[in-house]
Formats: sequence, C-alpha cells, structure tokens
Amino acid sequence: MIIVENLVKEFGPKRAVNNVSFTVKRGEILGFLGPNGAGKSTTMRMITGFIPPTSGRVSVGGHDLAEDPIPAKRLIGYLPESAPCYSDMTVHGFLSFAAEMRGMTGRTREEAIQRVVTLCFLEGVLHQSVDTLSKGYRHRTCFAQSIIHDPDVLVLDEPTDGLDPNQKHEVRQIIKRMGEKKAIIFSTHILEEVESVCSRAIIIDRGSVVADGTPAQLKARSETAGQVRLRISGGGADAVKSRLSGLMTAGRVTVQTEGAIVTARIQPRDRVLSGELARAVGEAATQAGWRLEELHTEEGRLDEVFRSITLPDTVKRAA
Amino acid sequence: MSSDSSRHIWTIAKRELNGYFNSPVAYVFIVIFLLLNGFFTFMLGRFFEIGEASLAMPFFSWHPWIYLFLVPAAGMRLWSEERRVGTLELLLTFPIAAWEAILGKFIASWIFLAVALGLTFPVMLTVGYLGSPDYGAIAAGYLGSFLLAGAYLAVTVMTSALTRNQVISFILSVVICFFLILAGWEPVTNLLVRWAPDSLVSLVASFSVMPHFGNFQRGVVDLRDLLFFVSVMVFSLFGTGVILRGLRGA
Repeated sequence: MIIVENLVKEFGPKRAVNNVSFTVKRGEILGFLGPNGAGKSTTMRMITGFIPPTSGRVSVGGHDLAEDPIPAKRLIGYLPESAPCYSDMTVHGFLSFAAEMRGMTGRTREEAIQRVVTLCFLEGVLHQSVDTLSKGYRHRTCFAQSIIHDPDVLVLDEPTDGLDPNQKHEVRQIIKRMGEKKAIIFSTHILEEVESVCSRAIIIDRGSVVADGTPAQLKARSETAGQVRLRISGGGADAVKSRLSGLMTAGRVTVQTEGAIVTARIQPRDRVLSGELARAVGEAATQAGWRLEELHTEEGRLDEVFRSITLPDTVKRAA
Repeated sequence: MSSDSSRHIWTIAKRELNGYFNSPVAYVFIVIFLLLNGFFTFMLGRFFEIGEASLAMPFFSWHPWIYLFLVPAAGMRLWSEERRVGTLELLLTFPIAAWEAILGKFIASWIFLAVALGLTFPVMLTVGYLGSPDYGAIAAGYLGSFLLAGAYLAVTVMTSALTRNQVISFILSVVICFFLILAGWEPVTNLLVRWAPDSLVSLVASFSVMPHFGNFQRGVVDLRDLLFFVSVMVFSLFGTGVILRGLRGA
C-alpha cells in the first residue's frame, strides 16, 4: 500500500531525511522509532503529502503523491504530531467537517461520526467545544478525524502521546484491530508499544534508517539476547561458576550471591544455540543437586538495541 | 470548476463562516463597523448640512479608510491561525487542492464583510426618506465598496499566510492597503514627479484603489475599474498559493 523510495528532505543545508526507503503492505503495522529530531515526523509529512520531498518518491495505493496527490490523499488518514483540532468547533462539528472534506454527506456522514465517536469514547463530549477539552480528549478527537473515512492507510504521528495508561491501552487495541485490514505507520518513542502492537519496526536516526525488522528480530540484536539466567540455592558461587563454564555451549559466566541464592548469567558461545544452552544449564543444575529457583532465556531488550543504535558514537564510548 | 471543487470550497467557507458567527468577534466587528460608518457619515461627513440626496461623499468616501483597519482585522487570522495551531497540516492533507481552501476562506470572509456592509442599509433608507437619490448610483457605490473590501481582504489573506502571528499579519496588511490608497494621492505622486520618469509615476499611481473606487462612488461602473479590483484579488490569492507552497517546500 505504501511505497517509499529514496526519500530525501533538505531544510537549507540540513538534511533531515536521508535516503529512506521502505514499504508497508496491507495488514502490516509498522512502528517508526527514533530519537527526537530523527526525521520521523518529516518522513510522515512527506508520506501524507503535506510537504514535498527534495528527492525520492512516495506512492500510496498505486498513486504517486507528487503527480496524483488527491486520489492518494483520499486513501490516507493522518494524525499529525500535535493532534491539531479547530478549537472554535464542537467535537461533532469538527468530525462533521472532516467527514465532509472526505466527501461524506447526510446519513453516511452521521453514521461515520457515530462509528468513530464510539470507537474513540467521545460520546460524553460530543457537543462540547474543542478548546474546553482535556488533552487526552482533544487527542482522541483528532484521532477520530483520521479514521472517519475508514481509510486503507493510516499514518499516525505519536498516537498515544499525552494519554493516560488506560487510554494508551485503548488506542493500542484500536490500532491493532484496524491493522488487520489496513496498512498502518505509527511513530512512537514508547518501546513497549512497538512490541505489543507492531508487526514490523524501523529505527531511524539522523535521517537514515538504521534498523528494519520484526520486533523479535530487533530484540535479538541486543547484547543480552540469548543470555540464560539461572537462580538456584544449595550450591556455592564458585562451584556454580566452574560447573557452568565447563558446558560446551556456554560462553562467559558471571555469578552473584545474595544470601543463599546464587544468580548466574551465562552468555551463549554462539547465539544460534541459545535454546540448547538453557537446556544444558538446567541439566547441569539437576545433576549437581541445586534447587532451581528460576531459569530463563533473555529475549533481549528493545531499549538496549535502540540505545546502542541511536546513541552518537562519542556518547557510546563514554557509557 | 467540478462539483467536487465547489463542494470543497463551500465546506471550507461554511466552516469559516460558522467560526465568525459563533464567536463574539463577528458582532464586535459589525457593531464597530456600523458605529464608524454612522459617525463618519453624519458627523464628519456632514450628511445633513450638505443638503444633497447622495451617499457618494458623506458615506462611501470614508470606506477606503474604515476598511483600511477593519478588513485586515477581519482576515488576519485566516491562515496565520491555521499555521499557529497546526491545523494547516490537517487541512492540506485532506484530499483537496490548496486553491480550493484559499478560495473557500476568502469567500467566507468576503460574505462576512458583505453582511456588515449590507447592514448599513439604514443610511440608504435615510437618504431615500429625505430626498430622491439616484438609486443606481447608490448601487454602484455599494458594488464598489464591496469590491474594495474584497481587494483589501485578498491582500490580508496573503499576508496572513506569511506568518503565524496575527499581529504581524494585520500590520503588513494595513501597510500594503495603505500603499494601495496613497499610491495615487497627489502629495505622493508629486514626490515622484520630481525625479521619476512619467511612466513610473503613472505606473505607481495606477496601483491606487482611489481613482477606481472613486468612479464607483460617483455611480460610474466601468469595466476597467471592475477589472482592477478583480486583478488585485486574483493576484493576491495566487500569491497566497505560492506562499503556502513555499512554506511547505522550505
């Protein structure tokens, strides 16, 4: 549905987006990650046709945004970063305006409003003026606007920003449900959101794509990915360390004691064998007669990957 | 113009019009406009002393000056507010062309100004009651006044696209409209006559709204005057389009 090819945006001498390419298919939810100022919003603005790219191409549903913007824009629902709304209108008036701009009138329009109002929990404020709403409501009003025409493509710039935890959860559920039939791009800097919602994630840093994969693939790039953690009682720290270091599949082993509990972290020798490592560690523990408290394989952590990829080199060295 | 376009334009115009009449701004504006008109016509214009059943001097002659401040005030927020709040991003990512939005906003404000102008009808009733005026001339005066307001408004639409600050938009617009008034005024042209070639003097003077409005005021509807106002509007609205495109490209 969305094809982005070699997208470049320059603001004066500064290159905000540098050669970004990716595609999003129907049924995919793409998480767009990156530190502030990485070029996420600029990229999204080019996808929605708000600003033209310096070079490169965006096409949505087969329509080129530069040559054929109106049919492309018809397919897109867009929630801009600050969730702007016309503050002098009521929620109903605003949604009605958005529906009319999308070519809906009469019954169709009222039904569409009803649908998004229910979906976004706006019944209570329907006839309230937008400028009297709290931030969470205003945000959901703008979100409602973006889905009023049930678009095939959704571009959401930080859709959960400024919401309380319950609302965040709700919005995530909505996105997840809609993602089955649509192509969705959303940007966030909440990493757990990516894990729970996205089928794919892209990390962008200083204008360039630095990682692209499923959340699981990205997590596997973390240093702790594949590490096995073992907590036992009934064995000494030194015994544990020497026994586990002797395992075929084990790499570096670090041991900590806390009262009678010994915690060991075993780095795999080879990442591919991580499942076997957990099994070998478990067998070793049984043979030695330790009482097992906990045994588990780390999946890796997205925030670690994020940090290791996006921190500038100088900061990385100091850290 | 396709039916899609006219629907988009009307949807946007309707929204802007509601915006005017749902806020106190519209009423404050209309009251001040009418008070100023009354004051100028009956006090400064010496409507009763002139003893002439005409609106040309006592009424219409003040309009370039009243509009000079009130039209920029009515139009200054049209685009600057969209830019400040960020709704511009919403508006321009709807499946519409930018010119439809520009025209929609312009038409809404122009309708609003027309309503304000229309509410001066008691002046016409007064003159009709006291004497037997040339209603054709009055109609021409109203048409000229309406076109003048439109020309100023188009300039304001353009300046409001330039900045996210309404005050700056207002001031820029007043300055440009002031130039449009003064360009043909003798003290100004005399300044130029001393050193500039005649062609430049007449070029600058031809930018002035005064002679064109003056014809309408006297009851003369000339195609050239009509064309002048229309071209100021077209030029300014076109300029707005260029500014909005530049804004997004930069």
